[in-house]
Amino acid sequence: METVKKHFFSDMGVMLGRSMRHIFRSMDTIITVTITPIAMMLLFVYVFGGAIQTGTDNYVNYLLPGILLIAIASGIAYTAYRLFMDMQRGIFERFHSMPIARSAPLWGHVLTSLVSNAISVVVIILVALIMGFRSSAGVLSWLAVAGILALFTLALTWIAAIAGLSATSVDGAGAFSYPLIFLPFISSAFVPTESMPSVVRAFAENQPVTSIVEAIRALLSGQPVGNDIWIALAWCVGIMLVAYVFAMRAYKKRV
Amino acid sequence: MQNQAIQVKGLQKSYTKLHVLKGVDFEVEKGSIFALLGSNGAGKTTIVKILTTLLKHDGGTAAVNGFDVASRPDHVRQSISLTGQFAAVDEILTGRENLIMIAKLRHLNNPRQVADDLLNRFGLTDAADRRVSTYSGGMRRRLDIAMSLVGKPQLIFLDEPTTGLDPEGRIEVWKTVKELANGGTTVFLTTQYLEEAEQLADRIAILHEGKIIANGTLAELKKLFPPAKVEYVEKQPTLEEIFLAIIGKKEEK
Ligand SMILES: Nc1ncnc2c1ncn2[C@@H]1O[C@H](COP(=O)(O)OP(=O)(O)OP(=O)(O)O)[C@@H](O)[C@H]1O
Ligand SMILES: [Mg+2]
Repeated sequence: METVKKHFFSDMGVMLGRSMRHIFRSMDTIITVTITPIAMMLLFVYVFGGAIQTGTDNYVNYLLPGILLIAIASGIAYTAYRLFMDMQRGIFERFHSMPIARSAPLWGHVLTSLVSNAISVVVIILVALIMGFRSSAGVLSWLAVAGILALFTLALTWIAAIAGLSATSVDGAGAFSYPLIFLPFISSAFVPTESMPSVVRAFAENQPVTSIVEAIRALLSGQPVGNDIWIALAWCVGIMLVAYVFAMRAYKKRV
Repeated sequence: MQNQAIQVKGLQKSYTKLHVLKGVDFEVEKGSIFALLGSNGAGKTTIVKILTTLLKHDGGTAAVNGFDVASRPDHVRQSISLTGQFAAVDEILTGRENLIMIAKLRHLNNPRQVADDLLNRFGLTDAADRRVSTYSGGMRRRLDIAMSLVGKPQLIFLDEPTTGLDPEGRIEVWKTVKELANGGTTVFLTTQYLEEAEQLADRIAILHEGKIIANGTLAELKKLFPPAKVEYVEKQPTLEEIFLAIIGKKEEK
């Protein structure tokens, strides 16, 4: 009797190719995940920026980490959407009746999320450079930034997977990301938390976005990162693991 | 090797409130065309999903090519392929890309060639590089079936393959099914069209209220029909009449 061979990585590669095609063929995805954060960055820098006191002379430098997180948070809404649509249509049933690795279709979406968010992050950084963003960070610091952003993306992607797998409507699948997009506004992403009323400030200083933003900002400006990076990593890894467990449970229930 | 492609014994399945399958028994011989007939909601798709490892059953046993679907799903998936009731094609990809994707997932050596051959065979060559979202219902169904043939599986499940097709499209699908069976593939199909079962199947089973109420060749089923009444013209019963007669008898009890 022949043994059942698993080709996890090649199957996942096929799935990745498939959903990357989906992304490049739907313009609205590309627009939402890159143009909106860029527009926001322009707005904040050239319209509000003059009135915002951050203690830095270069507001683009201050703003960029938060903008990147917003871009990722809106990007993963599409992961939930694509996953939901796949579950609705018969294509997942076809995949699951084929001799392929069970979780390859799901991991394909996760990988796609990582790749597509990486692309929009790079595009936004390039625009920021044109707008005057400058960084003294070395290679290691950039790698650390990339690592944090990748972990943040993965953490949110697994949350998106829960939403996409358990939603009962398209709107439901996407709706969960609104609070995530909103979180950076109640953090130190746009203005220092010192300027906020005490209750809001307490929330802002203890939610994940602030530590992630602070860590990235410190890395990019070549300043000591202190504890922020560990708090940021702990948040990302913690959220990722919890969300992963629930997403996998939802996935197993569906297949 | 045993001769049965599918063996189902005492199969039970309930959804939260609904007891859909109440002890279903049947066997499908290798290389034959087996039609499962039933009205809307009879549980045809439920049986297909259980046999293709997409759904767990509650009781009884089901084996495909000798492998139990519950305990050896990986082995079952090796030899089957499913064309579900609703087209399982990727709308955003082109027809060619869909076929290549499946060929890659089946780890075939030459995905492009496999895709070209199937596009040709199903008359989709001209539309090969268009997105599937621009296809007509019939083209979509043809692509769907073509995708199920990638890698030449031994056993093919077709869940209502001709629902929603025009007569021409239906005849085309019938032709494909007959060709498959001639090539030695076992075909398990479900349908609401009695004529379809009559046209295609070596054996026909009728699923009604959770059980198989009749199972046999067309000739055998025709014998179940009450003797023809004396009329001016003696009329052969159609399968439809047999179906209604059997249901009628059951309900009288
Ligand atoms: N996931 C589900 N949860 C609850 N009930 C379900 C579920 N899937 C199917 N059913 C019910 O089980 C019964 C059998 O459904 P099934 O889809 O197997 O029927 P079918 O014979 O394929 O019908 P059709 O010809 O309409 O496709 C139906 O009454 C249906 O409403
Ligand atoms: Mg059905």
